[in-house]
Amino acid sequence: MPDGTLQHPVICATGISKSFAGIEVLRDVDLDLQRGEIHALLGENGAGKSTFAKILAGVHRPTRGTIDVNGSQADISSPIAAQRLGITLIHQEPLSFPDLSVAENLVLGRIGGSPLSGVPWKQMVRDAEALMQLLGVAIEVSRPMRGLSIADQQMVEIARALASDSRLIIMDEPTAPLTPKEVETLFTIARRLRDEGRTIVFISHRLEEVRALCDRVTIFRDGNKVITDTIENLTDGDIIRFMIGRPLKEYLKKQDVTIGDIALEVEGLSKPGYFVDINFKVRRGEIVGLGGLVGAGRTDVARALFGIAPAMEGTIRIHGKPVTIHDPSTAIDLGLAFVPEDRAVAGIFRTLSIETNITAAVPNKISAGGIINFFKEHGLAREAVQKLSIRLASLRQPIGELSGGNQQKVILARWLLTDPDILILDEPTRGIDIGVKAEFYDMIGELAAHGRAILLISSELPELLALCDRVLVMSEGRITADIPRAEATQETIMHAAVPRSIEGRAA
Amino acid sequence: MIQKLFLRREAGILLMIILFCAFVGIMRPRFLTLDQFRIILLLVPLILIGAMGQMLVITARHVDLSIGSIQGLAAMLTALMFKFHPEIPWGLGFVVAIGVGIILGLVNGVLITAFGLPAIIVTLGTLSLYRGLTFIVSNAKQIDRQFVPAALKAMSQDSPSYAVPWIIVIAIAVALAAYWFANHTIIGRQVYALGSNPVAAPLRGIRVNAVTILVFAISGALAGLSGILYASRWGFVNPSNTGTGFEFQVIAAVVIGGVSINGGIGSIPGVILGVFLLGCVSAALPLLGIPGTAQAAIYGAVIVMALLIDRSVRIRANSALSGLQRGHA
Repeated sequence: MPDGTLQHPVICATGISKSFAGIEVLRDVDLDLQRGEIHALLGENGAGKSTFAKILAGVHRPTRGTIDVNGSQADISSPIAAQRLGITLIHQEPLSFPDLSVAENLVLGRIGGSPLSGVPWKQMVRDAEALMQLLGVAIEVSRPMRGLSIADQQMVEIARALASDSRLIIMDEPTAPLTPKEVETLFTIARRLRDEGRTIVFISHRLEEVRALCDRVTIFRDGNKVITDTIENLTDGDIIRFMIGRPLKEYLKKQDVTIGDIALEVEGLSKPGYFVDINFKVRRGEIVGLGGLVGAGRTDVARALFGIAPAMEGTIRIHGKPVTIHDPSTAIDLGLAFVPEDRAVAGIFRTLSIETNITAAVPNKISAGGIINFFKEHGLAREAVQKLSIRLASLRQPIGELSGGNQQKVILARWLLTDPDILILDEPTRGIDIGVKAEFYDMIGELAAHGRAILLISSELPELLALCDRVLVMSEGRITADIPRAEATQETIMHAAVPRSIEGRAA
Repeated sequence: MIQKLFLRREAGILLMIILFCAFVGIMRPRFLTLDQFRIILLLVPLILIGAMGQMLVITARHVDLSIGSIQGLAAMLTALMFKFHPEIPWGLGFVVAIGVGIILGLVNGVLITAFGLPAIIVTLGTLSLYRGLTFIVSNAKQIDRQFVPAALKAMSQDSPSYAVPWIIVIAIAVALAAYWFANHTIIGRQVYALGSNPVAAPLRGIRVNAVTILVFAISGALAGLSGILYASRWGFVNPSNTGTGFEFQVIAAVVIGGVSINGGIGSIPGVILGVFLLGCVSAALPLLGIPGTAQAAIYGAVIVMALLIDRSVRIRANSALSGLQRGHA
């Protein structure tokens, strides 16, 4: 063991801040990582833990602050620079070259020599096999990456980190896509690497795993580091409190609404690998929240209800009648509407005008025999824009020019035109500024007041607490709690959302 | 698994060639003679040389539509040199043609990388630009047979021997070099990596711009080489005919040869077989009494068919593999 590395931590980060487009996502974070430790980064979605990890790995550069690597200040300007400093980031879904062989993926960009020098195929394969043996995994190294399971792809990434002798390996939520057995294999390898004196940063939502694997934890909240401590010094309750401890935003008053008949009823809905045995009811006038961590399967349930990726088993009843929904147009005909999570991908037609975007789901209302009546289209769109107070320059403007909040309103307007009985909103206020958020909350409340049934998927606890009559919580593909409004608190929701038992995971 | 699929794919093209030749042979026994084989061998070198460059470009997830115009301009400038400076040794024509090709290819590569423009648009533009320059430098006039050096013309006929003239030897040498480059050099593998995952490539230290410019320069160089060989093969250079439609034949051959338009996948042997299949088709058409006017239509049909095959193979491969992954999870 060379001298000099002993007394210095592997990483000493001081005053790290990071802003994206003027918004500060990381504030003044100090953190040391020691040799031979497994260090967990915990926090809610958007708390800053991933941003911090990416700064260490050279994906982002900090706005302020310095990082010392092995005691000397380093400029981690790119992922390549990070790799030269012995830092490797393993993405949850590894970045690889699917058409190249495993062995090539291990060494690509790392082989020395002139560009025209030969590829040492034989030696490459030998080295790769040796690494796989070292890790104790049986992956044939001459096969292409394409088709490897995610667990195996992660193993290849770990092997790559070893091939370049990385001293710091950052794993960003590596266990989310893995089966329990694969998680065990990963942990065994992680412990062995730690015992060799390497440092591992482990990002996860699963407290049980953090407890089983990690030596120290650092908790992030709203871009700040809250605490760093050894895992023994913290109870689960402490950790959850540190994660959500921000002051609660003021509660909104939900309008008093008479709750009516059951509009949507789901029984035993399952889709292997995504969600299992989902049961719930939403009544007219009711807002039912669906909480949980990202990846818990909430969006998959919504997509199944709307017929985008239908479930394999289970019954859906609408107004008491069993229905089969195989595609979105059936869902629309049945009175469902779905405002998807990622509007940039699934929601807007970026280059088309606002009016076209508003009327996109109701072709029959604006056309006769397939010929569009532009006067009608314009009229419907203008009405919607006034009702939702969408701020725009012209109805003919491409929607891409609007702010995020106003784009989201346009999508809501589109679905309101279909006059749905049942409205599914997936993270409707993500990326929207506070002012528009409040307007949205009013609108959602009003929609319920008009007798619509609303299923609201949200990762923002205050939002669920403020709006919902009941909160369902999903974790690892199952519904783990059904909390009435009176009993819902940030703690009760988080307790149900954080997966604890490895055995209890969805198959 | 994928490799087995490729073996099957290459075997599939070979099978198509055999079936096609058998069919034509039954209809017109003359098709299966050595003389006819020599005709095919003389038809394919230009396409083969162009296809080796194009294969690298497409594997890197780009496309080069300008190679026909590069062939035309390189051939024209070389022929003009022959006409107005007959004192210059004719062998230098190769240097001129390849040099012109490299420069034109570099222009493509630099426009694409420096401005982040899509290759299909840039090379569509230069296709027209280079063709236009050919008209300007030649004053829209053909360079006739008497100006093309006899020794150059002999390279496509009986030099060094009637059985294997130089043009075939050159094509084989280019194919071998391409094979070595694609499979046994570090930069060749980086071409595959870039096409396989352009997002990951820079993160792994691949100099994306350099690799991109290089493949376009190679494509240009080979198109230039095919230009002087055009003059050798046909004995004249015509501003509107030389190289027109060349990109179409070449891309057809590359795609039939199993190179994925989505990048990352492609083998040199497959492309060679693809070139041969097209060569057999064009040699057979006149024998079968199909008029030359229908050739373009046949080519078009063949390229569309090849794309359909490519797509169905990809879908099957992906579904088989994702099934595998699910089973794993």
